[in-house]
Amino acid sequence: MAKLVEIRGLKVEAKTDANRRIEIVKGIDLDIAPGEIVALIGESGSGKTTIALTVMGYTRTGCSISGGSVTVDGQDVVRMTEQQRSKLRGAVVSYVPQSAALAFNPAKAIMDQVIEVTQIHGIMPAEEARQRAIELFRALSLPNPETIGERYPHQVSGGQLQRLAAAMALIANPKVVIFDEPTTALDVTTQIEVLRAFKDVMRRAGAAAIYVSHDLAVVAQLADRIAVLRNGEVQEMGETVQILEQARHPYTRELIAAFEPHRAPVVLNDIDGRRPLLSVENVVAGYGRSKISSSLLVKAVDDVSLELYRGRNLGIVGESGCGKSTLARAISGILPAASGHIIFDGRELGSGYKERTAQQKREMQIVFQYADAALNPAKSIDEILGRPLAFYHGLTGEAQSKRINALLDMVRLPTSLRGRRPGELSGGQKQRVNFARALAAEPKLIICDEVTSALDTVVGAAVIDLLRELQHELALSYIFISHDLSVVQAICDKIIVMYRGKAVEELAVENMTQPQHPYTQLLFSSVPKLDPNWLDSLAMDRPVVTA
Amino acid sequence: MTLETPSTTRRRPRYQIKLVGMLGLAIIVFWLIVAAFGPHLAPYPIGEIVDQDYFGPMSRDFWLGSDYLGRDMLSRIVYGARYTLGISLAAVTMACTCGVVLGMSAAVAGGWFDSVLSRFLDAMSSIPSKLFALVVVSAVGSSIPVLIFMLAIIYTPGSYRFARALAVNIAAMDYITIARLRGEKMFHIITAEVLPNIIGPVLTDLGLRFVFIVLLLSGMSFLGLGVQPPAADWGGLVRENIDGLPFAAPAVILPSIAIATLTIAVNLFIDNLPVKIRDRSE
Amino acid sequence: MNKHILFLITNRIFISMITLLIIAVIVFVATTLLPGDTATILLGQSATPEAIEGLRKAMQLDEPAFTRFITWIVAFFHGDLGISYANDMPVADMVGRRLLNSLKLASVTTAFAVPLSLFLGITTAVMRGSIYDRAVTIFTIGVISIPEFMVATTAVLIFAVYLKWLPALSLTADIDTLAGLLRAYAMPVITLTCVVSAQMIRMTRAAVIDALASPYVEMALLKGASRKRLVLSHALPNSLGPIANAMALSLSYLLGGVIIVETIFNYPGIAKLMVDAVTTRDLPLIQSCAMIFCLAYLLLVTIADLIAILSNPRLR
Repeated sequence: MAKLVEIRGLKVEAKTDANRRIEIVKGIDLDIAPGEIVALIGESGSGKTTIALTVMGYTRTGCSISGGSVTVDGQDVVRMTEQQRSKLRGAVVSYVPQSAALAFNPAKAIMDQVIEVTQIHGIMPAEEARQRAIELFRALSLPNPETIGERYPHQVSGGQLQRLAAAMALIANPKVVIFDEPTTALDVTTQIEVLRAFKDVMRRAGAAAIYVSHDLAVVAQLADRIAVLRNGEVQEMGETVQILEQARHPYTRELIAAFEPHRAPVVLNDIDGRRPLLSVENVVAGYGRSKISSSLLVKAVDDVSLELYRGRNLGIVGESGCGKSTLARAISGILPAASGHIIFDGRELGSGYKERTAQQKREMQIVFQYADAALNPAKSIDEILGRPLAFYHGLTGEAQSKRINALLDMVRLPTSLRGRRPGELSGGQKQRVNFARALAAEPKLIICDEVTSALDTVVGAAVIDLLRELQHELALSYIFISHDLSVVQAICDKIIVMYRGKAVEELAVENMTQPQHPYTQLLFSSVPKLDPNWLDSLAMDRPVVTA
Repeated sequence: MTLETPSTTRRRPRYQIKLVGMLGLAIIVFWLIVAAFGPHLAPYPIGEIVDQDYFGPMSRDFWLGSDYLGRDMLSRIVYGARYTLGISLAAVTMACTCGVVLGMSAAVAGGWFDSVLSRFLDAMSSIPSKLFALVVVSAVGSSIPVLIFMLAIIYTPGSYRFARALAVNIAAMDYITIARLRGEKMFHIITAEVLPNIIGPVLTDLGLRFVFIVLLLSGMSFLGLGVQPPAADWGGLVRENIDGLPFAAPAVILPSIAIATLTIAVNLFIDNLPVKIRDRSE
Repeated sequence: MNKHILFLITNRIFISMITLLIIAVIVFVATTLLPGDTATILLGQSATPEAIEGLRKAMQLDEPAFTRFITWIVAFFHGDLGISYANDMPVADMVGRRLLNSLKLASVTTAFAVPLSLFLGITTAVMRGSIYDRAVTIFTIGVISIPEFMVATTAVLIFAVYLKWLPALSLTADIDTLAGLLRAYAMPVITLTCVVSAQMIRMTRAAVIDALASPYVEMALLKGASRKRLVLSHALPNSLGPIANAMALSLSYLLGGVIIVETIFNYPGIAKLMVDAVTTRDLPLIQSCAMIFCLAYLLLVTIADLIAILSNPRLR
């Protein structure tokens, strides 16, 4: 049977800052049969999006196709003129973007944009296009399918917008649909709905698809075949089940291993039975002050209490907007709590960091999600680590230099990095420097606010390993905040689930398979597993959480 | 075992130099030297009438022709450079120093200090610059110190706004939060954490502001309200010799060209600064 | 209208009022709190003490500054702009005629500058990087970098001295015939149009390039839209707001340019009046002219901001 898409020896070059040309896609061969869903899996920089876009003959600014052929439905896109490619785009090959919010014109109604493709290619009259669009909205389980098109993009939620983008891609009955990480920006619970809708509608339309993602579990639900990419080359390719269960290439195996970071056998240190290291009691924190009552306008954290003992780890999970980051800021003093008590090592802390003693500030450190924003780009690693050493411990000169080497060693970084600036390091290295800086203070508690969320899965797993080792060596305690359940599970003894500012459940990690609270059950069941049948077998009557 | 994607580059950053930018720099340096060593370079004493003809053409004796009284234009322009560049440099240094210091402090301190200062400086910048200059000169005259202070005051709000906008972005970064959590004092945060990150754009802004000041000063002198005779900056030279315009006399054209070379050179240099190259594989 | 938009608009207008007040204070302070005694300066050293005292009383110079300020402001907004020192005429009469002349000049300039700038700004943005774009950019940057009087002198050199199409600097009073009118206006309008257009073209070009770089324009490209469609249907409608904002802001450059142009071409407008007033230290005249200028500037800037607020689609 003739292949719908045939990619042979595809090479894409990019121009760097220095005007050098480097190859970002190094000779790819790929086939897609009609009606088949092929996934391109890889970390950032692997070239997956670039490859997907070439199927439309499109490259982002600065990039160009330098070799090979991409044959779509019998025609080589690489050799086409721009005008011929325009005829192809939207009609034969269409695109669902990563961020639907950006892809819609804020000044036009949704329906106009969804049917625009049919107007461009003259496929069907406007009225017919509108009817078709409404059918698609219904098939994608959108609320109010008849009227949702009249709205503007900013009046619709993220998950809905993503599905509308899919409708926009399917309306012209294309033969291939390119999905570019469409659920990456969505919450886990929203993601389920969207994935289901996609799967459904693709089945009915019978179109082929290229699904680009870094998330193996998501891709396992949809794809017939998976291609694993790294640095612009295909590492392995095969049927979904085969890749998941009998991966041959070491990189694939590593990806699968990183997906579920294993939990080392827990060695529980003796609890300092007298008192917890940190005790948070009925903390309320948020933003804005109402003029009428002196209460907060937005209660991001609403009456939360927790306890953490020395040598143990506490995880805080929840989706975006649940208040977990605000809680971290309240505990660390960046955002003073409006009410409640925070007791650290036996003494009550002032609500803001300005009211805390130097020692209290030193013993509680916080590490943030984006290492780029957390390291001063104008300073060298030496200066970044040297300052806290001088500030907290008065270390200078030779003593400081030795200690910097020791810190870098603790986070498994080579001392040759000392003279570099943050801009010259990779994401994982920067995050380790972040930790080194926190360790420079010799703290008792480190609050980790989504520290692996911006990192590639493999790199993030390595950071988790590092944290575990450090805990054994230094008797540290962590509060680990994340939206990613598997990461939290790998490192914490106790987990608190937050929803809309409240702590809805507290679980010991052994009991994680038996959540009691309906929201927790919803959350846990929404995390995609590496099982292709998981999505389909999801119980239709999942618990619904009311406000 | 840690598997890291290898660090993107092990190279020290190199600089890529653009020829156009260097041309601009050369012209700027040229004029700075002329301004600094003026008296030694001018072939004729400045006030003396040396030519029989007035509005004389460019000739071997008078490289740039003669002015409306018969004085040598080359000497006049060389001396004019001292006024134009001297006043402008003094004013821009004052304006940008004030603006940057205030802008950084407002961004880091926040609160009422920031609000009050921003409102006040915003109101000040709501007055068109030429107008403000006219009004001030009408009140206090136009001696050199007055001109310098006035120009500095007119352009401080712009420098403040620019520096503050940069600093506010920096102040929102997590590394500033971490410095604050550590207990660092505000002075340290401003000088050690914020300033190194904004110094590049700030210097660029300084260059732009220098151009605005040169243009405003020349305009004022052209109206007769800037540098007063017998001293003359380049704008004043155009004013003196304006009657030569119907004859296309060099005396009226050349000072304008001098101004243009200076301002365009600064623009060229700023637009084509040597760029740090960081080689990153995409 | 949406409540949020209403709030933003009233807020902006309120801020303008406050700014106007602050400007009035600054103008008043700058012009009346002079070193030296005003009455003596005006009457000369040889005046009798009684004469000086009389003038003092007439000018209310002994009142505290605050009351003088209030009196002045109230009078100003009632149309009473005081009596000119130099000409001994009501300022309002002098200003009225000249203001009209300046407005004529400004409107003619705007009529030329706006269509020209729109065309050049949009086309250079769409054909970015082409030789046409580079040529226009060099021209606009050149004009912005040089003083306005240099634009004027260059215009005179080209049109009057070399081409001899127009008279040089002298202005005839003959503005009744069409030919005379054209001659009177041509040079000032050419100069001002160049100055203002340069700014407008740059800002318009930037606004259109910005819109063309938006993600939704890329999305439309990926739907197969032609270049024409991208520009006309997506980029331009979304950049109308920023463009209008740019136009209003650029027109405020007219205020600066008109001061030079009226002086160099001896055009009887309000800016020339003000420059003369500064030379003769005619306080009431200076104050009134300054306030009028500031009002005009404030008006333009406020309109620019209001356009920006109204054109934000997310506020509907």
